[in-house]
Amino acid sequence: MDESAGYYCDCFDIFWVLKFKKLGFKEFCFKKSLFLFHFGGASCNNCDIEILDCLTPRYDVERFGMQLVGSVRHADVLLVNGSINKKDKPRLLEIYNQAPKPIIVVAIGACGCTGGIFAEGNTFAGPVDKIIPVDAYIPGCPPKPEAILAGIVKLLSK
Amino acid sequence: MSKIIPIGPYHPLQEEPELFKLYCDGEVVKDIKWETGYNHRGIEKLSESKTFDQAFFLVERICGICSTSHPFAFANCMDEIAGVEIPDRAKYIRSIIGELERIHSHLLWVGLAGHFLGYNTVFMWAWKYREPVLDLFEMITGNRNSYAMFKIGGVRRDIENEKFPKIKEILNYVKKKTDLLTGAVMDDPVIHARTKGVGILTKEDIISYGAVGPTARASDVAIDVRRDDPYAAYPMVNWKVITAKGCDVFAKAEVRLLEMYESISIIEQCLDGMKKTKEGDIETKVKEVPAGWGTGHAEAPRGEVFHFVVTNGSSYPVRHKVRAPSYVNIATFKKSCVGQTITDATISLAAVDPCYCCTERMAYAYDCNTKDMILNGEEILKLSHRKTEEIRKQL
Repeated sequence: MDESAGYYCDCFDIFWVLKFKKLGFKEFCFKKSLFLFHFGGASCNNCDIEILDCLTPRYDVERFGMQLVGSVRHADVLLVNGSINKKDKPRLLEIYNQAPKPIIVVAIGACGCTGGIFAEGNTFAGPVDKIIPVDAYIPGCPPKPEAILAGIVKLLSK
Repeated sequence: MSKIIPIGPYHPLQEEPELFKLYCDGEVVKDIKWETGYNHRGIEKLSESKTFDQAFFLVERICGICSTSHPFAFANCMDEIAGVEIPDRAKYIRSIIGELERIHSHLLWVGLAGHFLGYNTVFMWAWKYREPVLDLFEMITGNRNSYAMFKIGGVRRDIENEKFPKIKEILNYVKKKTDLLTGAVMDDPVIHARTKGVGILTKEDIISYGAVGPTARASDVAIDVRRDDPYAAYPMVNWKVITAKGCDVFAKAEVRLLEMYESISIIEQCLDGMKKTKEGDIETKVKEVPAGWGTGHAEAPRGEVFHFVVTNGSSYPVRHKVRAPSYVNIATFKKSCVGQTITDATISLAAVDPCYCCTERMAYAYDCNTKDMILNGEEILKLSHRKTEEIRKQL
């Protein structure tokens, strides 16, 4: 099998390639650079700035090929942080429905995982995993950029 | 015929969810409306179910970027109700944390402003030089954000004297890098062209909208709580209020960059002052909080934070009111964005450093012209149910 045939199949017959390369569908989708989309719910901003921090020179997530994208339609990973209030809930669902499947959902921070200190609030509409399926939890208030990186890299190697 | 251009609520430009609607005629913005509520968490109500010690952790999480200014104002408020005078060392520590936060917040803003203008180098630089400040926080308080340093009558942790040389070393590094950033921003012809004469807020606008913080100081309104109603260690050190006369986005950048030097100088003076006080003397014990009410404010990186608490002698607040600086600053968008092109609107929006997680609150909309309350679905249902019941009684 020569290379050009492989490219041809990549584009037009994914299932043939999967069989040929002995990969699962999910493995195939997350094999290359991951694009991230960031959804900030009703948060206190700490997790948001720590996620942005991952992109800046000290942590530099781009060396793993990861990049923040503007639309969830281009994303492989959906990062959700903050507690979800009543106004956010339908929008989070809609964003999840717009996302190309399969997509990895990562709940970041104490609020994303459980609702944290805001779980008793009168506008709270349930933690992220009650609304959409979550693949990974990164606890902490806020989690350090190292923890966010470690979580996503762990997901990749799974 | 105007077109509506929405920005948000989940827009790659913003880190927080909020929705702006720009009503545009061609390229020119004719009107602006904003919609919030995506970030509402009901903190004032939650606070009534927390004891005074727990409430500090809650108010810290009103906003992550200014996560010292809210506890600072709350601590000032509670000290006033309890009627305690805190030790000098605690005052110095409070001021140091407050000023370190100002440095990291302003660096963050410079980076984001650079990002909005398409200067990603400034974004990367500013955030790179912000890291040592966060390291300093981690060394002093144990966490990069949300420091949990404040309590009624003092602070939770001491800064040991042997840490002072390291703090000064990092501050010197930050000062050098701030010089570099200031030089890069002040001398760049493109940044001048993009920010000068953009987003103008005159002195009259500032006074009529009641804007605070660097937004006001950039229009030559010298308003600063640290000087006007001194608290913590600010009366014990020498510093000056930075103002600029430009009124535009460039002036706001100038004020923020120069304020960082003042902050560094305040921290250095505080460290010198702390050497004269006894190590470990960081709090006045408060046994109980009497019934009454109190107000407290603090100068956050964005302006004045105001807290109002009513107590009834128990260990829970009866009412807790928070007023964040962005609440008044956001209203100035009506002046600064209208009449400009869409391309300049983004940087004008970013210039006041708006913080929506501070600002979110539940509010009733009230139409001035028709004198009508604008109600939501649940309330209309409630009204309908009430009417049915009244009719049932009459029958």
